[in-house]
Amino acid sequence: MRPTVIIGTGLAGYTLAKELRRLQWQGPLVLVTEDEGQFYSKPMLSGALAKKKDVAALTMASAEKMAADLDAQILTQSQVTAIDTQEKQLTINGQKQPYDKLVLAIGSFPIRLPLTGSGAEEVVSVNNLTDYGHFLNRLEKAHHVAIIGPGLIGSEFANDLLLSGRQVTMIGPDKWPINTLIPEEIGRAVQKTLAEKGATWHLETFNGPIEKETKGYSTVLKSGVKVEADLILSAVGVRPTVELAKKAGVEVNRGIVTDSFLKTSVDSLYALGDCAEVAGRNLPFIAPLMIQAKALAKTLAGTETEVVYPAMPVVIKTTLYPVVTQPPPMGAQGAWRIDATDKGIIGRFYNKEDKLIGFALGGEATDQKAALTKELE
Amino acid sequence: MKKYECTVCGFVYDEAKGMPDHGIDPGTLWENVPADWECPDCGVSKAEFEMVEA
Ligand SMILES: Cc1cc2nc3c(=O)[nH]c(=O)nc-3n(C[C@H](O)[C@H](O)[C@H](O)COP(=O)(O)OP(=O)(O)OC[C@H]3O[C@@H](n4cnc5c(N)ncnc54)[C@H](O)[C@@H]3O)c2cc1C
Ligand SMILES: [Zn+2]
Repeated sequence: MRPTVIIGTGLAGYTLAKELRRLQWQGPLVLVTEDEGQFYSKPMLSGALAKKKDVAALTMASAEKMAADLDAQILTQSQVTAIDTQEKQLTINGQKQPYDKLVLAIGSFPIRLPLTGSGAEEVVSVNNLTDYGHFLNRLEKAHHVAIIGPGLIGSEFANDLLLSGRQVTMIGPDKWPINTLIPEEIGRAVQKTLAEKGATWHLETFNGPIEKETKGYSTVLKSGVKVEADLILSAVGVRPTVELAKKAGVEVNRGIVTDSFLKTSVDSLYALGDCAEVAGRNLPFIAPLMIQAKALAKTLAGTETEVVYPAMPVVIKTTLYPVVTQPPPMGAQGAWRIDATDKGIIGRFYNKEDKLIGFALGGEATDQKAALTKELE
Repeated sequence: MKKYECTVCGFVYDEAKGMPDHGIDPGTLWENVPADWECPDCGVSKAEFEMVEA
């Protein structure tokens, strides 16, 4: 009997497998991953320094343990290089792996800026547990870290580096931190709080070539300022992994295109998590991925189930100045209205019909998350 | 009273505080939180939580 195969052992792949077994689905199951297949939580990577967690501490279970718990076969260090949707089989290290149903949970990869200079190759990014291990090694000799990209992930790493006693410099063209997700007032509060803890911000400017120095690296910004650091971290966003699907003739756009049942354009082939563009939206966050995994498990177990999202506010782990945001839908017209008190900042986004369609909370006001979510509904 | 942390996103459930916004009274022991309860931040199942401090 052909197994159901899941490519990817990130939170999407493993949560789907867990949900299938929770539903008492007993079919043969194979998971395939190009990494070591450890079960870990990716969001924990940007808060792990302050908690003094290394790779071992972040590993919640080995691939062997997961295989036993899930009654599944897990193929590690196994990159899938081709999908034959006619014969329904995969190519892995030159071998063929047949499937009955195939699920793509292949995640996203960090965008790399076209960096130049003698140190360009040594700029790091952290998008999985292996990357985090390298980052920790490099940090042993690094006190001052420059971060390119003052968005969500860059700001979280800045927060964590500061908490672990390091010096941080932030660089990017944005007007304020995390500007795609939060209004200026809250972004400024993040900026100010992190600055008070020692972060230097170079916003509304770009880095120049990254040059290797006798110790560390330097870059001269477009603004003319020279920044020197022991290590440079790039955090300029992620992009869905689509190549494998595209080569196989599966429809892709920004992500792998699926309907609201997570079905791709090809029969018996599904996608979820960071790689998927579900009913027109690619949402590279945990909450949507959990809802997708639960729906797809039901579908694969025999009960067709549509993905229906509730409000899913994103908690931003800048713990020095915590933020929660439910950004308005992409491209929505309207404006923020801000209430700032000494207890934090509440931003509400109203559309032209004066309907509340998004919110953002900063500081102590983050405890209003449930209340604002209710207001939204 | 104990605290339980979500192993996926770090959210902490504090028995002493409960989650009045979600209909769980202060003082509700972890074992009495409904089995189908999900992490309010990331949506994982109750089973994915671990005790962090006594
Ligand atoms: C530092 C950081 C902090 C974050 N913090 C938060 C947060 O606080 N809240 C939140 O909601 N979200 C957060 N996110 C986003 C969240 O972590 C992701 O949405 C989520 O982890 C994606 O899971 P995934 O399983 O879809 O993909 P991934 O975890 O990327 O997994 C992809 C899997 O596919 C495998 N794979 C890919 N291609 C192949 C191939 N060809 N053959 C075999 N295997 C393959 C990989 O080996 C891997 O196992 C954060 C992200 C980062 C980087
Ligand atoms: Zn959680």
